[in-house]
Amino acid sequence: MRAQFVLSEIGVGLRRNLTMTFAVIVSVALSLGLFGASLLMRDQVSTMKGYWYDKVNVSIFFCNKNDADTGANCAKGAATQQQKNDILAELHNLKIVQSVQHETSDQAYKHYKEQFGDTPVAGLVTPDQLPESFRVKLKDPTKYEVIKSAFSERPGVQEVQDQRDTVEPLFNLLNGMNWAAIGVMALMLIVALLLIVNTVRVSAFSRRRETGIMRLVGASSFYIQMPFILEAAIAGLLGAAFACVLIVGGKAILINNWLADKIQVINFIGWDSVAQVLPLVLLIGLLMPALAAFFALRKYLKV
Amino acid sequence: MIRFDNVSKTYPKQNRPALRDVSLEIERGEFVFLVGSSGSGKSTFLRLLLREERASHGAVHVLGKDLAKLSNWKVPQMRRQVGTVFQDFRLLPNKTVGQNVAFALEVIGKPRGQIRKTVPEVLELVGLGGKEDRMPGELSGGEQQRVAIARAFVNRPMLLIADEPTGNLDPQTSVGIMKLLDRINRTGTTVVMATHDQQIVDQMRKRVMELEKGRLVRDQSRGVYGYQH
Repeated sequence: MRAQFVLSEIGVGLRRNLTMTFAVIVSVALSLGLFGASLLMRDQVSTMKGYWYDKVNVSIFFCNKNDADTGANCAKGAATQQQKNDILAELHNLKIVQSVQHETSDQAYKHYKEQFGDTPVAGLVTPDQLPESFRVKLKDPTKYEVIKSAFSERPGVQEVQDQRDTVEPLFNLLNGMNWAAIGVMALMLIVALLLIVNTVRVSAFSRRRETGIMRLVGASSFYIQMPFILEAAIAGLLGAAFACVLIVGGKAILINNWLADKIQVINFIGWDSVAQVLPLVLLIGLLMPALAAFFALRKYLKV
Repeated sequence: MIRFDNVSKTYPKQNRPALRDVSLEIERGEFVFLVGSSGSGKSTFLRLLLREERASHGAVHVLGKDLAKLSNWKVPQMRRQVGTVFQDFRLLPNKTVGQNVAFALEVIGKPRGQIRKTVPEVLELVGLGGKEDRMPGELSGGEQQRVAIARAFVNRPMLLIADEPTGNLDPQTSVGIMKLLDRINRTGTTVVMATHDQQIVDQMRKRVMELEKGRLVRDQSRGVYGYQH
């Protein structure tokens, strides 16, 4: 009895305020869609960081015989075998170093050929122009400074280069975009909340006859407020469901069908990340409007 | 049943109190007319009975409860034992007569079987037997007020409060409504009725209380309207 009565009240209320309900659904859908997207974006950035930091290493380039006049570091000519051995030994003693790979000029030439093989420049490069290097893999990629300060001033070392420097701007850009998304989401969320509060007020006002009678015949305030709160919660849940559709669609179309084909070097987030975000979106979509309605009604429907 | 001890009520942001130092007692089963010009405090008196307002000073006892000490969440329970009827009927225009009466039972969570049984009974009692499926708009004013009375009485309340129930009705229809209220009173329900209807008060010869500028200036058993416009 009770449930049926409450349900029919909700139906009446939602239909009576169809336009406002629609506005609530759309604004909740957009704000929660952005919310989910920004959560996924953070996931994506950390996935990418993990992937790239795993790949990137710190390179210690040695002077070769052609570098004598290119920089002060190499004024004394090519690095000696002794210098290289000393550095290698020290690297192996450092706890933060995971592994060291020695890349000779010939190997560097080979990699160079692989990357730029078909371009005209490739023909001009000879193995002895390319520097010999140690590729140092660190246990914690952020500890790069330790290597740099230890070896960059050593005789025979041309340069210590952290490959993270090349990918960092990308992450900064992605993070910046993420913050922008969060800002827009916060604004949308405020708009959605104000809309909900307003919708509930209009709804309560348009049914003041019913609620007035309910009060007089002794309906509890819980019973009087329940239809309005559920109304807001249902609109919010519908909006959240839309948000989920947007998120899933965005992931399927934008990432799986498009970006994954275009950019193969990036490791994109999987469906498991999406599956983690969706319940959160639904929960917020349900609770936020219900709470907003509750507080909007407290002022409006006093006993 | 009802007891007022030195009750005053001043609304916020107003200097003049709506009720001043009113003390009275109404016994179970009484029929009381509340008379007085507009603004004399009749409505405030009724609002205090329903605890829509709280007294500024003094104590209001209704159905043996001190309303000042009644917590908010217990107010609905109290109101279930009080029926209310208004000048403007306050029916829901989009519900049938039967649904209007059933509404009062639905919102306090009465079981469906009981509602189905009680609603026709009470409609029969107020003289609207068989009009269950009519819409309020199809009924005359007197019939609409009977629906409102049916709704107020369907819970068999101890107390029935009527705020100018005949205010919108012609004299003949009013007599019918008064007969109905009298019958309800004879079942043991206390009736408090605010009115401007001199003819009715003079005919019924019940207890009359007169308010003037918030003061109780007359309390007379088997009284007359007595007050000139």
